[in-house]
Amino acid sequence: MTEEIFVRLRHTLGEAMVGRDREGKPVASPDSLDGLAQVCGLAHENGWRVRAEGQGTWMPPDAPADLAVTTRGMDRVVEIAPADLVATVEAGLPMGRLQQLLAGNGAWLAIDPPGRPDRSIGSVVATGTAGALRHGYGPVRDHLLGGTIVTGDGRVVRAGGSVVKNVAGYDLTKLQVGGFGAFGVIAQLHLRLRAAPVERATLLARGERDILTHQSRTMMERRLDIAAMELLSPALVADAEWMLALEIAGTAELVAAEVARAMECAEMPLHRLSPERAAGFWPSIARATQGGAITLRLGAFPDGIDEMIDLLAMKLDVGLVSAGPGRGLIRWSGSASPEALRGLRRVAAEREVPLTLERAPWELRRAVGHFGAYREGVGRLVSKLRATFDPHPTFAVALEGAEDG
Amino acid sequence: MTQSLADGLRAIVGPRWVRERPAELRTFEADGLPTHAATPRIAVLPGSREEVIAVIRALAGAGLPWVARGAGTGLSGGALADPDSVLIVLTRLNRILSINPIRRRAVVEPGVVNARLSEAAAPHGLFYAPDPSSQTACTLGGNVAENAGGPHCLKYGVTTNHVTELEVVLPDGSLARLGSPHGEPWGPDLTGLFVGSEGMFGLALEITLRLEPIPSAIRTLLADFPTVRAASEAVSGIIAAGIVPAALEMMDQACVCAVEASIYAAGYPTNCAAVLLVELDGQEAAVAAEAFAVEALLRCHGARGIRAASDAANRARLWLGRKKAFGAMGRIAPDLVVQDAVVPRSALPDVLERIAAIARAHRITVANVFHAGDGNLHPNICYDARDADLRARVLQASTEIMEVCVAAGGSITGEHGVGSDKIDYMALIFDDVSLQAMCAVRRVFDPEQRANPRKMIPTHLCQEWSGVTRKHPGSRAPDTVPATRAPHAAPLEDKRVIA
Repeated sequence: MTEEIFVRLRHTLGEAMVGRDREGKPVASPDSLDGLAQVCGLAHENGWRVRAEGQGTWMPPDAPADLAVTTRGMDRVVEIAPADLVATVEAGLPMGRLQQLLAGNGAWLAIDPPGRPDRSIGSVVATGTAGALRHGYGPVRDHLLGGTIVTGDGRVVRAGGSVVKNVAGYDLTKLQVGGFGAFGVIAQLHLRLRAAPVERATLLARGERDILTHQSRTMMERRLDIAAMELLSPALVADAEWMLALEIAGTAELVAAEVARAMECAEMPLHRLSPERAAGFWPSIARATQGGAITLRLGAFPDGIDEMIDLLAMKLDVGLVSAGPGRGLIRWSGSASPEALRGLRRVAAEREVPLTLERAPWELRRAVGHFGAYREGVGRLVSKLRATFDPHPTFAVALEGAEDG
Repeated sequence: MTQSLADGLRAIVGPRWVRERPAELRTFEADGLPTHAATPRIAVLPGSREEVIAVIRALAGAGLPWVARGAGTGLSGGALADPDSVLIVLTRLNRILSINPIRRRAVVEPGVVNARLSEAAAPHGLFYAPDPSSQTACTLGGNVAENAGGPHCLKYGVTTNHVTELEVVLPDGSLARLGSPHGEPWGPDLTGLFVGSEGMFGLALEITLRLEPIPSAIRTLLADFPTVRAASEAVSGIIAAGIVPAALEMMDQACVCAVEASIYAAGYPTNCAAVLLVELDGQEAAVAAEAFAVEALLRCHGARGIRAASDAANRARLWLGRKKAFGAMGRIAPDLVVQDAVVPRSALPDVLERIAAIARAHRITVANVFHAGDGNLHPNICYDARDADLRARVLQASTEIMEVCVAAGGSITGEHGVGSDKIDYMALIFDDVSLQAMCAVRRVFDPEQRANPRKMIPTHLCQEWSGVTRKHPGSRAPDTVPATRAPHAAPLEDKRVIA
């Protein structure tokens, strides 16, 4: 079957766009929306299962599939409109390259996802993985204006548009954000940009965790205008103590004023990093949050951050933890058994906190699922949405766990 | 049949809260858009969450279509119910269930009036940011259905950015809890999907909203410009400088003159081509610095006069003309169409000139008052609907305005929704497959398509998509495969129809 798929894909896309992965499975790398739609349509017609991926940094290579389709060949910028602060890009474009291109236009996409800079924008959207900038600029969904997806049976669906405000039609783009590819392969995205900040300042404080969480709450109560605020575990920053890291970004006046205010209300002294060190600091945090085999996220309110970190300590460990007390998100990376993850998810659910498995080997994804059990009435809707966008299903995605679902 | 239905509904909500006489139903035959009217078969006003659920279940049992309605301030004919439909009016579900100042969350019933939430949150130093012009009347349930915006959405985001959790009743009477209290999705983002679905997926019973801290400093600037182009370029200049004002609004001369001739006269200069209102908020030092920078930008783009205000009374005076612009236009002519479209900010000058040309060609008056910061236009057409010829010209001009906005890379609606009014424009921006996908998603929530029927998507397109799994035809040899199919011509011919 593998050989036949390989031949059929080459026949469809041409030889240059079909290769093999380490296990010898065919990998289709279409360079256009049409090509991507053809591959999905072909898979659907023949009942092939597909592992859809971007640069291949998050999707496990052992996902059960007859072939892989990667958006690596779809990495072009369709348009950057600096005056309108919008961009249209193909989904395979690596985040690092995107930010460089935007910087050249005086613009910026305020998303700093966990992982390496070669992660594709499509992967960041599919996994809904916002980083520390979520504090000031919101989750991934807030940066998307629309997009194009290819369904499991090869149809091309467009939603939203490239203007910053739009309520025409249902917001199908939202379904793709954090949908883990269950509702199609993201092919193209319309992004909301910001003017690149004139000035950025990174401030760090070290100390006891509860003092630092208290400090972060004080800063929120005083309404500091902060772009990023993360509480980082000792293992994550390779330090003996917890760290509170802040970034303030904007006009020179705003940064000067807010840095001064942050210093005023700091219980533990804040040190400002040099611009060079600051530029290296945040990417190193982003990489560290995928230091383990698994990365997961928990939602939490500012007043529940300590409790949730304690829960993590009790059920898993306090290894690599990055917690945003403002927007309420805790990211953990490490190793854990399915039982331990289910146990944590159960206890979190009792506190109305969802646990999303962002990244894990396939066996664990299959056992635990990205989401596990849903809230009242949601499971039925998700199954029907899945059947709408991927009827077979073609795509190898484990939304619900084998036992919780 | 109607009698037994009315009796059934009366048994749920009490005799006082079922309206079926033509005179009673007239109240509900229009929303804020004067060009569309429809009279429901019956209107029911439930008084509690349980009564809403019981009504929905009764209608599911009878297989009847229904439309949810808040205050009826919508501007797309979205809350109109045809004579085959039951109108469910939610204004009695008007309780703010809780406000948690530490978590900055409020839980409300769908009939709570938008402005009331900010009033209730104010003692905690918080406010609810989305502020549609109708905020003193419109309901939060309606805001969720339409994904409502408002002047202050430029900085703070629209309704969807503020809804963290929804308890909804689906048209089959079942309940679903979407999202989570703090906003991290619990599974795929169904909250995001539900917001803006125009009442076609179900009805929100309980809405959890994010509140924002009231900024400690607010500064409002009013600048007047000799040309609309200069004002539009000033807008782009401010945004490009990295300044995100809380609001950035424009009014053209026709609109300014209408305001100044009304009881809402705010002292705007009537001899200018356009005025810009810029509001900056945040911490004192940053706001002062930004105001300084904005003033320089405004002057550099040709602003003639600039008035500034920091205290509440003076700011309110500057805002008065903007907030009352629609009311002021009401005195020019008996009817007013408030249009809604979005264009890229950089296209504003050209599009506004095209709109003026369309107005001249059709001999109608168009006054523009709009959210310039996000390119969200509101061309207002004042007319007398009793004049059939004028009415036809107004409709033709509306269509041409939409076409111009779409051709500029824009959208047919930024905050009013599609409803009944813009169904025919949907094909301007979406292809058939994308519209069919929307219909298919609607059927996930509402398989019988009874909730707010015949809105948003042309009905003929709602028959095509199929979620039915086809049998695997099995692998075929390459030479027997028809090479490839065109990606846009999806293989619909062999899809089974589920209507």
